[in-house]
Amino acid sequence: MTQTIVDIRDLYVQYRTFDGQAKVLNGVNLTVKKGEKVSIVGETACGKTTTVKSILRILAPQASIPRGEILFNGSDVLKMGYSELNKLRSSGASMIFQDPTMSLNPVFTIGEQMEAVIRYSGQSGVEQKSVRHELAVKALEETAMPDPERILQSYPFQLSGGMRQRVCIALSLATPRDLVIADEPTTNLDVTIQDQVLKILKQRVEAKGCSLILITHSFGVARETTDRIYVMYAGNMVETAPTQELFREPLHPYSRALMSCIPRLSGGGMAEGIPGRLSNYHNPPKGCRFAPRCPEAMPRCHEEKPESIDVGREHQVACFLYDKDGGK
Amino acid sequence: MARTILEVKGLKKYFPIAAGEQKGKVVRAVDGVDFFIREGETLGLVGESGSGKSTTAYCVIGMYSITDGEISFKGQDISMHSSKRPLSIKKDIGMVFQDPGTTLNPQRSVKQILSLPLSVHKIVDKRDPEEQLLKLLEEVELPAEYLYSYPASLGGGERQMLAIARALATDPSLMVLDEPTSALDVSVQAKIINMLLRLQKERNLAYLFITHDLSLMRNLATRIAIMYLGKIAEIAPTETFFSAPRHPYTQMLLSSIPVMTEDEDALKPKRVVSRGEIPSPVDVPPGCSFNTRCPFVTDGCFEEDPAMREVGTDHWVRCHLFA
Ligand SMILES: Nc1ncnc2c1ncn2[C@@H]1O[C@H](COP(=O)(O)OP(=O)(O)OP(=O)(O)O)[C@@H](O)[C@H]1O
Ligand SMILES: Nc1ncnc2c1ncn2[C@@H]1O[C@H](COP(=O)(O)OP(=O)(O)OP(=O)(O)O)[C@@H](O)[C@H]1O
Ligand code: SF4
Ligand SMILES: [Mg+2]
Ligand SMILES: [Mg+2]
Repeated sequence: MTQTIVDIRDLYVQYRTFDGQAKVLNGVNLTVKKGEKVSIVGETACGKTTTVKSILRILAPQASIPRGEILFNGSDVLKMGYSELNKLRSSGASMIFQDPTMSLNPVFTIGEQMEAVIRYSGQSGVEQKSVRHELAVKALEETAMPDPERILQSYPFQLSGGMRQRVCIALSLATPRDLVIADEPTTNLDVTIQDQVLKILKQRVEAKGCSLILITHSFGVARETTDRIYVMYAGNMVETAPTQELFREPLHPYSRALMSCIPRLSGGGMAEGIPGRLSNYHNPPKGCRFAPRCPEAMPRCHEEKPESIDVGREHQVACFLYDKDGGK
Repeated sequence: MARTILEVKGLKKYFPIAAGEQKGKVVRAVDGVDFFIREGETLGLVGESGSGKSTTAYCVIGMYSITDGEISFKGQDISMHSSKRPLSIKKDIGMVFQDPGTTLNPQRSVKQILSLPLSVHKIVDKRDPEEQLLKLLEEVELPAEYLYSYPASLGGGERQMLAIARALATDPSLMVLDEPTSALDVSVQAKIINMLLRLQKERNLAYLFITHDLSLMRNLATRIAIMYLGKIAEIAPTETFFSAPRHPYTQMLLSSIPVMTEDEDALKPKRVVSRGEIPSPVDVPPGCSFNTRCPFVTDGCFEEDPAMREVGTDHWVRCHLFA
């Protein structure tokens, strides 16, 4: 069986705010196998970033985790000590943010930053500057960056947005990793540049045999980059399925509604949208969090929280419509 | 055929750079743009970041004094700055911006926000001013009780509906919409677009609709103009734009769009793979401005800037391949 890299089980995350606890993640399950590329798709504020930040334990200080487990290569991230966490962040998983200034320090050159990352990765030979330099040049070349020597001497502000994001990809893959997490890496980029960056990300991740979690608002981006998709709504993974299957037959009422809202390049007019708005996290609905907006909600949906049900190979849906007991 | 309501000819808007390394140079934000809009139709303006879409829109509504060119509206010259335009023209052109949060005054209630344009243009219904405002809210499908709310208590989509209501207050015949839904989720976008389409039908409104989302454009534009570095590269009826795009840049952009279905995949041109970076509008390459990225580039493309040429009904292309 293929090795599992990340296994999140029944994860709850809440944020302390002025109005009390915002109960954001509501029992999230997510697994990523070795070499697998998955995406998390969902609308603003559904909890995508919260989910992936908890893997690296880089959540804001107001956050707490009342329940759940996060296994990375079998060990529970929530129980890790300082040195284990350090190792996880320097050689287990790396993260690429929407805004590259989050990961690139404006006052150091790209070369200084890449060499620092390489030095702390613990690979052999990295004590020598020439080895570090060589590895940095190679990492940039692999992302199809023209003139790597010049890039290494540049400061982040001297590069375009697309180039900075390619530097981040190079940086996250300059040293061996099991997992790359990319949080909307192309949202600030133009379509033609996004296309270049996503192709490089996909190709590099495949070449290195590492796993990928890609966060995006766009089903199109998810479809063209990843093997399997998680659809997220209000702190829950409502559905996951292999990419092709999800597009052929989305099952969760939210997945269906959301997909129908996306304008098609082939035309066909606009859908009506989803009625209502995202419920607030301070006082979330008791049962299924989508129930107040769901066209198919049954009495039970307003009372109980639906668990994920297996409906096919790697295809799970958290919805009572697919429960053998039905709407009872 | 419907009458032309807006006509833009040779429009240029340059911004001088006042400080820093590039001091003394100019940003050629809009660099010779021609287009027109007919009554009741939607002209979509697409293009990547910095291509000059918003600047074009701001010139049309008179927010900027233009560097060169002519703008006429219903046959009347409106090339001047908004402050010099007659009130009757200002009333007839509405504008909606991308981020409703920054254009709605947070200190004012919905009632005050909607009343302002009515009193400026002296069209307050004296018999029942409140009813007039409630009608506007109803037009954009907002509940009546919002009249006494403040923008902060509305959701992003609702704020944008309020901004649309404000633009509708003066009953314009042209609305300029600058990425009205790009800050919103797709489920909210769908609601707003449907509403805009309904209003257009009911009021025979013309739209100048700016977005970088070509899939969205496909579903609402009558004709599409695509900008690159301050110039229009191609302009065509929507069907033609997607089924027979001519300009290499149009093809590159179309081929880069991530889509959801095989039907959509089939529409994407295969030959033109995206490459290269978008040059700065401060240093526009001589010749055709797309020559740094174009796969079909020839020697002539570095020497001469191609002119717009008509290649079919309402279909114009600016590229030497079609000389
Ligand atoms: N530090 C924090 N304190 C309080 N609330 C927070 C904090 N961080 C996130 N939240 C809330 O948690 C919810 C989920 O946020 P998160 O950033 O995970 O969403 P997301 O799916 O990544 O959204 P987006 O698509 O907008 O990036 C939001 O309602 C957000 O306001
Ligand atoms: N007031 C200004 N002063 C100086 N330069 C400006 C000004 N407004 C716009 N520009 C520049 O003009 C160019 C065109 O900008 P514009 O905002 O029209 O582009 P856009 O197509 O609307 O882009 P986006 O999709 O990012 O909104 C950009 O390079 C921009 O930096
Ligand atoms: S004019 Fe030349 S460079 Fe410009 S788009 Fe046409 S072929 Fe390409
Ligand atoms: Mg996020
Ligand atoms: Mg703009």
